[in-house]
Amino acid sequence: MKILLVDDSRTMRNIQKKVLEALAPVEFAEAGDGVEALGLLATTAGGFDLIFVDWNMPNMDGHTFVTRVRATDKKTPMIMCTTEAEKARVVEALKAGVNNYVVKPFTPEILLEKTRTVLDKAKAAA
Amino acid sequence: MSQSNTPAAPTTSVTTPAGTIDPKLIVPFVNAVRNVFMTMVHVKTDIGRPFTKGVPAPQHDVSSIIGFSGEVVGTCVVSFELEAAKQLVASFAQVELPEDSADFADALGELANMIAGGAKKDLGAVASISTPSVIMGKGHSIARLKDVPCLIIPCSTEVGDFAVEISMKRVTKAA
Repeated sequence: MKILLVDDSRTMRNIQKKVLEALAPVEFAEAGDGVEALGLLATTAGGFDLIFVDWNMPNMDGHTFVTRVRATDKKTPMIMCTTEAEKARVVEALKAGVNNYVVKPFTPEILLEKTRTVLDKAKAAA
Repeated sequence: MSQSNTPAAPTTSVTTPAGTIDPKLIVPFVNAVRNVFMTMVHVKTDIGRPFTKGVPAPQHDVSSIIGFSGEVVGTCVVSFELEAAKQLVASFAQVELPEDSADFADALGELANMIAGGAKKDLGAVASISTPSVIMGKGHSIARLKDVPCLIIPCSTEVGDFAVEISMKRVTKAA
């Protein structure tokens, strides 16, 4: 499984990796902002099975990134993982095209549960 | 430092030389600190009685700063003693990080980011937060807008102390 982690905090990406390694053998790619992530999407053969994306990042924020990805890719599952916890933000992200939403701080159990839910739905829809 | 296991945030307005602080701006930060440190740092945080701060004044050894804009403006500064920062970062990142590394600053910035983001949802205002900045150096100070009051929330853990400094005011009343 290939997962792209998009977050300007390397600490947060490392924490996510440690949690998600419990799912299955995972090959991770990492980006510090939306621009870098779009570059990885354009150059990674076969794309990714799942994308985690933060909201507040320099250069290109997560909402813009999701909108840009969904303009051409309706399938790749995306999970917004962010400190933005207001309901309006969650609705905004879902409208932009994320499949689920995780608010930081999170427990490993929450992250894994939401990830499994998204992957199961993607598998059923394939 | 006076400590309590219960939120000690004021329930009435706090007046400082720079103005009045709405208590509704303080309680969300107390709750966010508890949540962040319990959930992702795995340490219990004791919250002391908040007090007002003169401008400028010395900080701890390392500070993470988040800016607020929108219907509330100002800053949230999370300021640590160095030894406390080293141990809290190690617990958060699940690895010991050199204090002069970019990753150490990154981890402290992310802690402040989660506190600010967690508080923001309960401020009753539409606001945006900046990406964090981190300042290191014993006795450093941070300049603030003179017309924005500053309140210190002292926090204590088993590995050392830190403080959350709230310097903000409402620009417009939330709908």
